[in-house]
Amino acid sequence: MLRTIGKRLLLLIPTLFGLSLLLFFWVRALPGGPAVALLGERATPEAVARINELYGFNEPIVQQYFTWMGQLLSGDFGVSLQTGRPVTEEFLRRFPATIELSLLALILAVGIGIPLGYWAARRHGKFTDHASVVLSLVGITIPVFFLAFILKYIFAVQLGWLPSDGRQNPRIDATHYTGFYVLDGILTGEWDAAWDAFLHLLLPAIALGTIPLAIIVRITRASVLEVQNADYVRTGAAKGISRATLRDRFILRNAMLPVITTVGLQAGLLLSGAILTETVFAFPGIGSFLAGAIFNRDFPVLQGFIIFIAIVYALINLLVDVSYSVIDPRVRVS
Amino acid sequence: MLHSRKRRGALLAAASVAMAALVLSGCSSQRDAGTGDETGDADVDGTFVFAASSDPAGLDPAFAQDGETFRVARQIFEGLVGTEPGTADPAPLLAESWESSEDGLTHTFSLKEGVTFHDGTEFNAEAVCANFDRWYNWEGLAASEALAYYYTKLFRGYASDPSSAVYASCSADDATTATVTLNQPFAGFIPALSLPAFSMQSPTAMAEFSADEVGGTAEAPTLSEYATAHPSGTGPYVFEEWAPGEQVTLVANEDYWGDTGQIDEIIFRTIDDPTARRQALESGSIDGYDLVGPADTAALEEDGFTMVSRPPFTILYLAFNQAVPELQDPLVREALSYAIDKDALITQVLPEGTEKATQFMPDTVNGYNDDVTTYEYDPAKAQELLAEAGYDEANPLTLTFNYPVNVSRPYMPDPEQIFTVLSAQLGEVGVVTNPVSNEWGDYLDLTSGSTDHGIHLLGWTGDYNDTDNFVGVFFGAQSNEWGFDNPALFQALQEARGIPNLEEQSALYEDINEMVATFIPGVPLAHPAPTLAFDPRVESYPASPVNDEVFNQIVLTE
Repeated sequence: MLRTIGKRLLLLIPTLFGLSLLLFFWVRALPGGPAVALLGERATPEAVARINELYGFNEPIVQQYFTWMGQLLSGDFGVSLQTGRPVTEEFLRRFPATIELSLLALILAVGIGIPLGYWAARRHGKFTDHASVVLSLVGITIPVFFLAFILKYIFAVQLGWLPSDGRQNPRIDATHYTGFYVLDGILTGEWDAAWDAFLHLLLPAIALGTIPLAIIVRITRASVLEVQNADYVRTGAAKGISRATLRDRFILRNAMLPVITTVGLQAGLLLSGAILTETVFAFPGIGSFLAGAIFNRDFPVLQGFIIFIAIVYALINLLVDVSYSVIDPRVRVS
Repeated sequence: MLHSRKRRGALLAAASVAMAALVLSGCSSQRDAGTGDETGDADVDGTFVFAASSDPAGLDPAFAQDGETFRVARQIFEGLVGTEPGTADPAPLLAESWESSEDGLTHTFSLKEGVTFHDGTEFNAEAVCANFDRWYNWEGLAASEALAYYYTKLFRGYASDPSSAVYASCSADDATTATVTLNQPFAGFIPALSLPAFSMQSPTAMAEFSADEVGGTAEAPTLSEYATAHPSGTGPYVFEEWAPGEQVTLVANEDYWGDTGQIDEIIFRTIDDPTARRQALESGSIDGYDLVGPADTAALEEDGFTMVSRPPFTILYLAFNQAVPELQDPLVREALSYAIDKDALITQVLPEGTEKATQFMPDTVNGYNDDVTTYEYDPAKAQELLAEAGYDEANPLTLTFNYPVNVSRPYMPDPEQIFTVLSAQLGEVGVVTNPVSNEWGDYLDLTSGSTDHGIHLLGWTGDYNDTDNFVGVFFGAQSNEWGFDNPALFQALQEARGIPNLEEQSALYEDINEMVATFIPGVPLAHPAPTLAFDPRVESYPASPVNDEVFNQIVLTE
């Protein structure tokens, strides 16, 4: 098992190398450059030339690539053109926010999706089943940013039930250690801060988690439908095994494999959906910063962040693969 | 117990009700949480949350040029010179009075007594000279437009090349008198000192936190330690914390020499989406924001929010690129001027408070010519002139009309709408316009960086009260944007810049504005007034045309 994990990690290297190549040239293919984005109307040709000179954008592109590669291999991902701070620092500062958000979104998606999918499959053909299919279709088709906007408009602006933006109410004097605001509040005993941070996560997490939720419902339902008609389940039921045991050990355990795979893929969806959701909710995570980097042609941030995200995504999928053998010992991770 | 379906249902219902109750109680406490310190008015919530469109670029205004950095800097720092409230005219601030020599080379400032920087250092003539010398002695990266934008533009040279420098030296005659000597006269010197870039900063703090060490490399300059966490000025608010990407927190300066006002804590919250800013105001999480979209002003006003118009210090213009042969004909340019109905444009698509423009600068700037030649809307005259120039129905005047999309500037809130109105007006007199639109970055590249454009929309927000800051920027030298060579105009502007005496200079600028009006490089359209929106608890806000808005002057009702 360890050998497999080791092999997978090694495979990461050529993947990232290829990604870096693509990334570097794609990003520079974007029209316009950072100099004009930085200077705005005050961009005289001289000022633009000077900035291009300062940042080395005038050098031949292949040379720029090797300079960047060299820096990368020594751990230097460069400095953000927008803020002047190291890209790694910007990523680490904002990553906890996106993790908190994605985690809550995933919890909602899995916590509601699996029971709902199971329920629908058990009541196959009845109203619940049809309703869940229709609802999951709606969930998949609604664009994330639109849903985020509607949720915000209804629950935050019109009804005022939940906060409309940010991670924390600025009027609450909260102490932050880890960067995970809910955790910070709990660790420091500032319960109002923890609760406030949680409320700020709720709407964006619902928006972000809706698509994964819909997909998980469908996959769970399909998987459970397949399993529940198997012989061993009917034998078990006939033998009088309790409903709970039947549900957990016979049905769910066997139906989970495809669902777990999906959850692993959802991690990617969450990270990309986070860009739009975070922008709508002015949530200071890596998503909203990436959006800003695109508009301002912040090359170092675009390159660095996307590589970091690729690493995270690869690691998550590795974790998912490893978890197969835990759920189903028959599966060897080979 | 859970096996019974009825019980399960009841439990679920109970759980949801409990959850909802918790959520709602959480929300109401969110609004009441944090009544602020007791140092301000006891019955007013002293914490003021303002939404900024971006994080400040740094906390050292000497190295800044963007509005959000200056917004924060204005609360922390003060300069020798301020502005008369609501105007762009210089007024005493840290300097109670000043005297300038006839030749404009020597300026003596009488400083306010009893003022200290936030770090405890005394504010005196020595500190003033320390600041002036600091700017003058910058080297390398610091001494470039990329960082010290305003100093480079206005003072032009550094210690490394004294012959090009406007500044010569500064002497501290006594604790409260400082004399600044210039190499060349600079009539805009006093008004320029009201810019946040030239605020007085604590020499001790700057030295301790290496304010001039803009680290990193030439390819990737980084902020100094001073600019990241230790700004020290004389203003009514002291820097407390900066959570990058989220907010900047300032607290009231207990030792401030003036009136601290009702607000004892300011939080500048970064919200980069304009709709999100509006929604944050509507949901009550912020107290105000700037540059309200034109579509939102009416709705917000109806909902009872306090709307404040900033007196316009902007110019929106339609430029004629004289690299295009058709536009080289003065008859054509005159005709186009007569074809534009500025009043209609303002009523239809520009914000409340917008003023019609007769020249390329607002009336609050020195050198404004009240009697300048104007071209009142006259479509018949326009057609007559076009005919004279050789255009008619069979051979219409055809021009490319460039405009930007997906951007909103203080002087041009909705470019697409402005374009629509103007192209329709031009169409009325038989001019055929071919629209070319670009994203903001590309648009600037196209219109300012190349000659490949026709007529286009652009504008400018003034930094301080100096005609050179408007007309000099546009017409001071040959440029890709305007595409003409008019040595007489360039010469006149160059000359005017060098006149030491403000009165004499204003007279010359008035002549220049007339020169521009008859030359018709473009049509000055309007001076749009940007709007700010505030929570109804804000009774008044000190709106200033040059954004000299310090929050100790905000009046709150609760």
